[in-house]
Amino acid sequence: MTHHLHIALWGVLPYLVLAVLAGGTAWRYRYDRFGFTTRSSQLHESRLLRIGGPLFHYALFLVAGGHVMGLLVPEWLTERLSVHEPLYHAVALTVGGTAGIAAVAGLAVLLYRRLRVPAVRRGTSRSDRLVHPLLALVLLAGLTATFSSSVSAHHPYDYRLGVSVWFRSLFTLDPDTAAMAHAPLVYRVHALPAMALFAAWPFSRLVHALTAPLGYLTRPYLVYRSRARTTPYRHPAAPLERRPPR
Amino acid sequence: MPDRTRRTRRDQRDQRDRQNQQEQNRQDQQDQQGGQKRNARRSRRSRRPAAPRVMAQVAMVMNLDKCIGCHTCSVTCKQTWTNRAGTEYAWFNNVETRPGQGYPRRYEDQDTWRGGWQLKHGRLVPRGGGRARRLARLFANPELPTLDDYYQPWTYDYDNLLSAPLGEDVPTAPPRSLVDGRPTAVTGGPNWDDDLGGGPDALAGDPVLSRIGTQVRLSYEQTFMFHLPRICEHCLNPSCVAVCPSGALYKRVEDGIVLVDQDRCRGWRMCVSGCPYKKVYFNHRTGKAEKCTLCYPRIEAGEPTVCSETCVGRLRYLGVLLYDPDKVGEAASVPDERDLYAAQLDCFLDPHDPAVARAAEESGIPHDWVTAARDSPVRKLICDYRVALPLHPEYRTMPMVWYVPPLSPVVDALTADGFDGEEPAALFGAIDTLRIPLEYLAELFTAGDTGPVEAALCRLAAMRAHMRRVNLREPRDPALARGVGMDEDGIEAMYRLLALAKYEERYVVPTGYSHSGPAGAAAEAGCSLEADGGPGMYPQGPPDADAFHAPLGAPLGGPPPGAVPPQPAPATDPTGRSLRGRVNLLDWNGEGRPDGLFPRRRESGGKDA
Repeated sequence: MTHHLHIALWGVLPYLVLAVLAGGTAWRYRYDRFGFTTRSSQLHESRLLRIGGPLFHYALFLVAGGHVMGLLVPEWLTERLSVHEPLYHAVALTVGGTAGIAAVAGLAVLLYRRLRVPAVRRGTSRSDRLVHPLLALVLLAGLTATFSSSVSAHHPYDYRLGVSVWFRSLFTLDPDTAAMAHAPLVYRVHALPAMALFAAWPFSRLVHALTAPLGYLTRPYLVYRSRARTTPYRHPAAPLERRPPR
Repeated sequence: MPDRTRRTRRDQRDQRDRQNQQEQNRQDQQDQQGGQKRNARRSRRSRRPAAPRVMAQVAMVMNLDKCIGCHTCSVTCKQTWTNRAGTEYAWFNNVETRPGQGYPRRYEDQDTWRGGWQLKHGRLVPRGGGRARRLARLFANPELPTLDDYYQPWTYDYDNLLSAPLGEDVPTAPPRSLVDGRPTAVTGGPNWDDDLGGGPDALAGDPVLSRIGTQVRLSYEQTFMFHLPRICEHCLNPSCVAVCPSGALYKRVEDGIVLVDQDRCRGWRMCVSGCPYKKVYFNHRTGKAEKCTLCYPRIEAGEPTVCSETCVGRLRYLGVLLYDPDKVGEAASVPDERDLYAAQLDCFLDPHDPAVARAAEESGIPHDWVTAARDSPVRKLICDYRVALPLHPEYRTMPMVWYVPPLSPVVDALTADGFDGEEPAALFGAIDTLRIPLEYLAELFTAGDTGPVEAALCRLAAMRAHMRRVNLREPRDPALARGVGMDEDGIEAMYRLLALAKYEERYVVPTGYSHSGPAGAAAEAGCSLEADGGPGMYPQGPPDADAFHAPLGAPLGGPPPGAVPPQPAPATDPTGRSLRGRVNLLDWNGEGRPDGLFPRRRESGGKDA
C-alpha cells in the first residue's frame, strides 16, 4: 500500500504538477493576459514593503540558485572538482541558511503587512489566501531541512544522494521513487507543498515571476508603436470583427 | 580609464538603439507603402539625405488667462475615464491653483520623486536611474508616491441617514474609506488647497515657490494666483515610456499619443515615479498603470478630447504639429536647461514649407494631416505668435501640452493700484517691474529664464492695447505691434484665435489613420484599455467603428460597471439573444416599415419563426 502511495506521490504527482504548471500558464496567457500582474500594494503601504519586498525576493533568488546547485549538479561532479562533501555542506549551510532565514524574515514582514494594514488586507485575493500559507510552509520546511542535517551531527542526511537523485530521475522519465521515499520526513514535507505551490502558480499572482522584464536591459528607452500593431493580443473568446465596408 | 571605456560602450549602445528605433520606424513606413514597397525603398534611399523624417503629434495649448478654475474639465474627464473602483483617486485631468502644492502634493519636487530625465556625463538617462538600477528596484520602488500623497478616497455612509435608530440627534452620513471601507477622517482631497486654501502654510510647500526665494514669497502671496489645468503631456521624449520594464507604455507613431498596453503592463509601477508630471496612475484594483489617453477614440474620430469639448472658458486648443523625430534626442540633451524651450521649438517643422510637406507624405503622413498641421491653432500659438510655452521643459521630456501664460494677474495688480490696466506704457512697465510673478511663471514654463515669458506677456499686452484702440476707434499705433515683433494683421489674427475662435478653429483634429497595413487594420487592432475593470470595456467585445459613431442613441447593454460607452446596434438584443434578422425596436426611428419589423410568416420563414 505504502509502495503505491510512494509511486503516486513521487512518481506520478510531479508529472501532474508539471502538466498543470505548463498547461495552466499557457491557458492563462491565452485567456487572461490582463491578469498577468504583480498586483502590487505599494500604493497603500510603502514603508514595510521597502524592507520586506526586496529582502524576500532577493533571498528567493539565492534560494533558487541553491536549489539548482543542490538538485541538478550531481555529487560526483563536485567531488571531481575537489569540492568534497564536508566543504560543500558547510558552504550550502551558511549561504543557503542565510538566504533561507532572509526569505522567511522577508515573508514574515510581508505577511504581517498583509494582515495588519487594512487597505492591503482588503486587496488580498482568494488565491493569495492559498498561496501565502503554502509559501510559508515550503520556506519553513526547507529551512528546517537545511538546518536539521547539520544538527544531527553524526550521520547527516546527504540529500545529494537521495532527494537530488530522485529529482534528476524525473527528467529521465524513470522516477527513482525509493530515493525520495527514504528521505527524512522534513524533505518530503518540503517537497509536497512545493508541488502544490507549482500547481497553484499559474492561477495566482505568482505568474508575475514568469514575466520578469529581462528584455528591458537590451531594449531602446523609447517605444513607438503603430495603431495597426497596437494590440497584438486578441482574446480568443472575443468575436471576430467585421472589417468596416469601404 | 575603465569608466571611459564603459561610457563609450554605452554610447555605442545608445547609438545602436537609436538606429534600431529609426530602422523600425522606417520599416513601419515601408509597410505603410503596401504594394509599392520596393519602389518606395529605392526612392527613399536615393533621396534620404535631403528629406527629414517627419512625425505628427496631436498637441494641446491652454490659455491660462481664461481659466476660471471651475473644474468642469476634471469632472467630465473623471466621469469618462476614472469613475471606477481602483481609480477613485486618479484624475487624468486636474486643475491646480498656483502657487500651490499641486496634485499629487509637491509633485514638482524631483529631488524626491526623481521623475523625468537628467544629463549624466552628457548622456540622457532617466533621473530615477538607468536600466540596471530600475530592475534592481523592481520589488519596492523607493520613489513611488503613496495614496496619502494624492489623497485617500472616501465616500459617505448615506445608509445611516435612513437606517439610524430613532433618537434625539439628527443622523449623519459618516465618511468611509473607499479603499478599505472603514470609518475614516477626511484629511485631504482633490483640490484641497484650491484658490490658495490652506494659506501660507500650504503655499510654503510649493516646490516652485521655494526655488524663487523667501523674501519674494511673502509679497508674492499678496499679489495673485492663477489656475493650471493639467493632463498628460504626451511628451516627445516620454520618460514614463523609458522606465517601463515590460515595454507596455508606448508612443503612437501616427499621432504621438502615449498609451499603456493593459495586456502588457505587469504592474512594476516605474512609470508612476518616472513621469515628472505624475500623470500615470496605478489602479490598485487591477494592478495596472493607467493614464490620460488624450481621449484617443475621440481624436481618431476627429473630435476634441472630453476636457476640451466641455471647457467652459474655451481655453483649450487642439491641433497637429509636425516635428523631426531625429532632432528630439539632441534637443532634449542640450546642456543648459534654459535652452530647452528653444531647442524644442527647433524640432518643429513648418508645414507650409513644400519640402516639409513632401517629406511628411513620404514619411506616411496623410495629406489631410499636413493640411491640418497648416491650420493648427496649436502651431500658430507655439511657433508663429510664440505666446505658448511648455510646462517644465527642464524635465527634458519635451512636453506637448503648452500654456499661454496669464497676463490678467499683472493687469489686476495694475488696476488695483489705480492704473489703467490696458494702457500700453503702464502695462509694459508693470510686466517689467512685477518681477515676482514673472519669475514664478518662468520657473514653470522656461526653466527660470524670464525672457520668453516676458516676450509672451508683452505680446499679449500689445494685443490688448491694440484691440482697445480698434474698439474705441482711436488711431492705431503700428509701433505697438512692431515693438513685440509682430504686425497689426498678425496681432489681430492672434486676437481672433485667442478671443473669438469658434469650435472648428480651436480644434483642428484630422481623423485617425493607420501607419502600417491596409486601412481597416487599425479597427481590428482594438483598444488597449479594453479589459476587465478598464475604461472602454464593452460587454460584448468592441463594436465596429461605423456603428460606434452612428448618430442614433443606441441602447445600453449589459451591467453598468461604471462607464459603459454607448452600445452599437448589435446583432443581438440587449439581453444577448440573437435578433435573427429582425429590427431592434429601440433602434427604430418610427418611420416606414423596414424589413424585419415584424416576424416573418411561418410559411416563408421556415423554422426561423
